[in-house]
Amino acid sequence: MNPFTYERASDRLAAQTLGAQAGAKYLGGGTNLVDLMRETIEHPTLLVDVTGFSCAIEETGDGGLRIGAGVKNTAVAADRRVRERYPMLSEAILAGASAQIRNMATVGGNLLQRTRCGYFYDDAAHCNKRAPGTGCGAIEGFNRMHAILGASTACVATHPSDMAALDALVTVEGRNGARDIPLIDFHVLPGETPQIETVLETGELITAVTLPPSLAGRSSYRKVRDRASYAFALISVAAVLEVQGGVVKEVRIALGGVAHKPWRAQAAEAALKGGPATEAAFRAAAQAELVSSRGLRDNAFKIELGQRVITDTLVKLTALQEIR
Amino acid sequence: MHFVINGNEVELDFDLRTSLLDLLRERRHLFGVKMGCNQGACGACTVLVNGARINSCLALAVQYQDCEITTIEGLGAPGKLHPLQAAFVEHDGFQCGYCTPGQICSAIGMVEELKCGVPSYVSEDVAAEGFALTDAELRERMSGNLCRCGAYNGIVDAIQDTFGTAKGEPGKREASI
Repeated sequence: MNPFTYERASDRLAAQTLGAQAGAKYLGGGTNLVDLMRETIEHPTLLVDVTGFSCAIEETGDGGLRIGAGVKNTAVAADRRVRERYPMLSEAILAGASAQIRNMATVGGNLLQRTRCGYFYDDAAHCNKRAPGTGCGAIEGFNRMHAILGASTACVATHPSDMAALDALVTVEGRNGARDIPLIDFHVLPGETPQIETVLETGELITAVTLPPSLAGRSSYRKVRDRASYAFALISVAAVLEVQGGVVKEVRIALGGVAHKPWRAQAAEAALKGGPATEAAFRAAAQAELVSSRGLRDNAFKIELGQRVITDTLVKLTALQEIR
Repeated sequence: MHFVINGNEVELDFDLRTSLLDLLRERRHLFGVKMGCNQGACGACTVLVNGARINSCLALAVQYQDCEITTIEGLGAPGKLHPLQAAFVEHDGFQCGYCTPGQICSAIGMVEELKCGVPSYVSEDVAAEGFALTDAELRERMSGNLCRCGAYNGIVDAIQDTFGTAKGEPGKREASI
């Protein structure tokens, strides 16, 4: 690990002043950053600890919730309002990492995790994300955990975060003031510049994630992985579905483990809205979403797996509403 | 920098790169805290910070100034074992013992989480009032602690015997996964 200096910021403004310095990085729980610093993949010269503020979950007044960026993952998952209004978010957080890590990790840091691609972590390997211009070892290598949607010839890494179904807004603050970014626009696809992962500008600080009022339908989060607990997703599906009289009134679907960013399944949503809530329609919508997918040597199975998990999740959500 | 480690107030100066794990082992000689993977995957380094379990290997010590840190040495000692330590002996909750301090700290943190109403991924309804410590819940909640000897059945029995609702009746609990 390279040497660094450390400052504990007392508030948002103090953090942004420190964070604007060259070589500065914001430090949340450190569960990913410390590991990356140890591998010298990250080498900040100043760590700005931002865990001392923005630690509350507040009502927005319209039925939504504003979650401070410094709130720990466990605190989000355990919050009674989150559990009652957004059970899918609680479930997704509880499926991530281990209890120990959830006690350390923060909401802001969760969004800024780096990929766990082995070629990114191995400094002897080719990786355009770690060392732009050196190539991608994963495309022709071991790529079971890699992307099937939105990848490029420069990078096939996946992003570990997967909560794109809630229409959340990410509030960031920097030199040019505060702005709200829809979560689905916060992360970017790799293109030719996979080292750029978000739309954050230099020194900008995530201060909160705001959840709009929850939808009326039922929701579900499902994570398919190589072991039953404490593993990254091969595929995850978060879905909200509202059915009225056998017709899909409202639907939101997000996929994890498939792309460089949490993937909102907009093609599937468009195919479903206003149509019949039947297994055949769900299957057709899932196919429409994955029609642009591309499999690599080890991960092509995810294309069929993704369709099956989307279909099955929607079938189960429909059944839950019929018996209600 | 000021810490409270197993009830003792201490002042320590150290290289900022020092993990909480290294601080506890190398500077305080608390060798019950184990380094396994050093990357947050195995849980051998689990300690309690203000009562919450964390991986001390991923923790920069500087971030935990002024916190109350509890290691296995703060829970029990030869001749006055913590009830969970005694249960690990009773139920063969270990073979080599390397993961044991982390397992025990983790289990104590887990029970506090249950008391506070923290759900788990296997909880049927995350919005429920409370969560019973079934074997399935226990295994999910302890999945951050690996035991490469494979003493998991003994670990489950020891934790159930100490904190569970069906104490001492492993045959009456649901089948293990």
